[in-house]
Amino acid sequence: MRAKIRPDWASIGALTLVLGLALYLFLHGGAGGLTDYAIFAGIYAVFTLGLNVHWGFTGLFNIGIAGFFALGAYTAALLTTPPPDPLMFEDFKFGGDLAVRLGHLDLWFPVALLAAGAICGLVALFLGFITLRLREDYLAIATLGIAESVRLLFLNERWLGNGSKGLYRIPKFLGDLVSPENYDYLYLVVVVVVLVILYIAVERVIKSPWGRVLKAIREDEVTTAASGKNVFSFKLQSFILGAFIMGIGGALYAHNVRFVDPSTFDPLLATFIIWAMLMLGGSGNNMGAILGAFVVWGIWTGTQHLPGFLSDPNFRFVMVGLLIVGVILLRPGGILGERRRVSGQIEPPRGAAP
Amino acid sequence: MLEQITHCLPLRLTARNVVLAGLLVLLVLALLSVVKMELVVNGLFLGAILALGAIGLTLVYGILKFAHIAHGDFMTWGAYIVFFLLGSVLPHSTGFGPFTFGYSLFIALPLTMMAVVATAIILDKAIYQRLRRRAVNTVVIAMTSLGVAIALRGLVQVIWGGGTEQYPRLSKPFYQLPMGVKIPPDWIFIGALTLILVLALYQFLTRTKMGKAMRATSDNLELARVSGINTERVVWWTWAIGAALAATAGVLLAVFQAQLFPVMGWKILIPLFAAVILGSIGNPYGALAGALIIGVAAEVSTQWITPAYKPAIAFAIMIVTLLLRPRGLFGVRD
Amino acid sequence: MSLLEVNGVVAGYGETEILHGVSIVLEKGEIVTVIGPNGSGKSTLLKTIVGLVQPKKGQVSFQGDDITSMAPESIVRKGICYVPQSSNVFPSLSIHENLEMGAFVRTDDFRPRLAEVYGLFPDLAERRREMAGRLSGGQRQMLALARGLMLDPVLMLLDEPSAGLAPKMVASVLEKILWINSTGVAILLVEQNAREALKLSSRGYVLASGQNQLEDRGQDLLENPEIARLYLGG
Repeated sequence: MRAKIRPDWASIGALTLVLGLALYLFLHGGAGGLTDYAIFAGIYAVFTLGLNVHWGFTGLFNIGIAGFFALGAYTAALLTTPPPDPLMFEDFKFGGDLAVRLGHLDLWFPVALLAAGAICGLVALFLGFITLRLREDYLAIATLGIAESVRLLFLNERWLGNGSKGLYRIPKFLGDLVSPENYDYLYLVVVVVVLVILYIAVERVIKSPWGRVLKAIREDEVTTAASGKNVFSFKLQSFILGAFIMGIGGALYAHNVRFVDPSTFDPLLATFIIWAMLMLGGSGNNMGAILGAFVVWGIWTGTQHLPGFLSDPNFRFVMVGLLIVGVILLRPGGILGERRRVSGQIEPPRGAAP
Repeated sequence: MLEQITHCLPLRLTARNVVLAGLLVLLVLALLSVVKMELVVNGLFLGAILALGAIGLTLVYGILKFAHIAHGDFMTWGAYIVFFLLGSVLPHSTGFGPFTFGYSLFIALPLTMMAVVATAIILDKAIYQRLRRRAVNTVVIAMTSLGVAIALRGLVQVIWGGGTEQYPRLSKPFYQLPMGVKIPPDWIFIGALTLILVLALYQFLTRTKMGKAMRATSDNLELARVSGINTERVVWWTWAIGAALAATAGVLLAVFQAQLFPVMGWKILIPLFAAVILGSIGNPYGALAGALIIGVAAEVSTQWITPAYKPAIAFAIMIVTLLLRPRGLFGVRD
Repeated sequence: MSLLEVNGVVAGYGETEILHGVSIVLEKGEIVTVIGPNGSGKSTLLKTIVGLVQPKKGQVSFQGDDITSMAPESIVRKGICYVPQSSNVFPSLSIHENLEMGAFVRTDDFRPRLAEVYGLFPDLAERRREMAGRLSGGQRQMLALARGLMLDPVLMLLDEPSAGLAPKMVASVLEKILWINSTGVAILLVEQNAREALKLSSRGYVLASGQNQLEDRGQDLLENPEIARLYLGG
């Protein structure tokens, strides 16, 4: 379970930055502000872990994270919200209302999480089956298409997700346990628990024989295929696993904000920022993924309070883009990650121009 | 002469294929009698704009070997630079001839093409060339272009905000065509310009030395180098042509939609890639065909499905292509 | 001064080293064959000479000039042409356009040369407007050779020109190579069909594990029982 931490200036700098930001947020928004930051950072960390499985460990270029984000969130929401109330002019046709039916010990929450993961896994199976036999970049384009299609689906099929009005009576997990003011602390604990479980699980999986084959595929696909391993099958499994994790992240998000609508899953905050988090933290390293999430989300929330145009969300948009480009150019391994994946292969790919 | 044509076709001239082609033609005719001609015409013009974007994208994909995710944002920038020029720099004008826009557009267009070309070449020298020298995986280069796309779009939003804009325009009546088809006069401009550019590109690729060198480099980079082709210059020409076409496509899209907004290029990225894949990566004529097919399919689909799903149609076509014939309509089996 | 001198070249791809100090010499108008087992670095040697691979150590000189760190685009202009083993034509270009690309660096009128080449390869002349991607394996090899000739080269580097061809085509290809040589073009040949190649060659090198193992006259290599056993199929 030990992560490979290289104690150099970058990691020390990052940790200092996180601690400094934590202090800043505490001073600005009190414990509440800090908890809020930590919850979101934790949820994003789940997504970054999922992306790490895709990109860091398998080299799959998924730029449609928003699609899995939305699917996970909507699945969890639909399973747990109460059925539509005609008095409130709601258009959707069913609510699972698990919260009431499985109310006992609030079991519905883990069910919702797992279901969200499962749906995402299924979609990943479909997409991956079609595209993983082909070039790597086809997956990227396909994931982009899926994200957009999911968004369009929930926007237009009002019977499914209440259209642009969204679903908004998502129940609170263990809501009866503490008073509303203190609920955030409870949810933070929930997020941390889920994150830790997922981290341990992914670390175990990566160190297992299955994970070692994945590593071999990453380093030399041709030889691994020649030695009889079904490369396609491994990639597909990895794609499903990462998607499953992302689904859980979406469910966590839905039960935190307790409102989902199609516009929440804007690519900036649901895809690009996660890529920035993984690239900065260090792809190929689970601890790096989590660190990246906390650092980048810290920068994002921290800069909200900056003067003038620096806090303009559009400007921060530009920064996210530049961050990705900058990391790839200057420090492809990110803060904690391995250099190897990003900086080249043994033979220059045939056809790359000079 | 027949030989020349058949040698370019994706299929051999066998009896079976002739029969299949005939059936396909019959199917298309049957469909045409069912669908509204208006939608087909809309689709053709949309397809023409898609084609300009897709041709550039496929050239970059074929020669530089990566998926240029920022291509849509090149289109967005093309549209916005013209917006800026029409609003602040060039004399205010509208209603040139039968069109809604003024003569200033004709001045603004080449200027924006140059600006986007310059941007593309600067980006290549600063970013992509360095990555190529490091011999990184082309997926990483694609990812970098994702970062560029984000930054480009963010910059548009910083400068012009997130809302929609319009070019200065004067309303003009539609042209009435047979079969209940009405088209805005601006579309004549779109169609004519696309035709001119595509023909010019064809001449360039088949008759000039650099054009042939580009096709050769797209086929086989190493062989091109040992033939003495300066592949670095080929790269610059590729960016130049790709960016110029993208900028034009962006302007025409803004004219077609009668509006521009910061995500207009990003939204059209999936249809662009779908056209490229359908037409076989690296094949500009394939991209043209693919774009027209996708344009028509997307528009025609609105007869039965909500217009909101048009991008999903393009995505669906792409998925079907990848399932049935991943090398595209015109691809050579590797 | 030899036409081509390769001295102690160490080269490979990325961090892998394939050639661990290889030296060969080629005189004007000679045919020299390099034989050896798969993976011995024969193809890498040719690629290094033409500049597609940069040597980490050692020199390559041609007609007295040091071409070690030159790019392929410049090396070709000196009169060296390289015909790869596979992917040696431009599939989406016509036969005619492929030959045009062969003449890319020529500053003079290449049409007389084109006529000569069509004369040598009448099959290609017949189908000059056809796309190269449609040709059969044997025809592609011929086109690849013809493409190289368009340069009017002083030295031709041929990587396994007879690979994957039927025996009749092999004979035809080797015949063409002999004819080309008779016009004064030096040829450095890498061949699996070692026996046939050595028959045409004045000298030969044996390369194994990225190093020189043996050098001798072609005839002597043919009659060498060790070589016969290892590389010529007994």
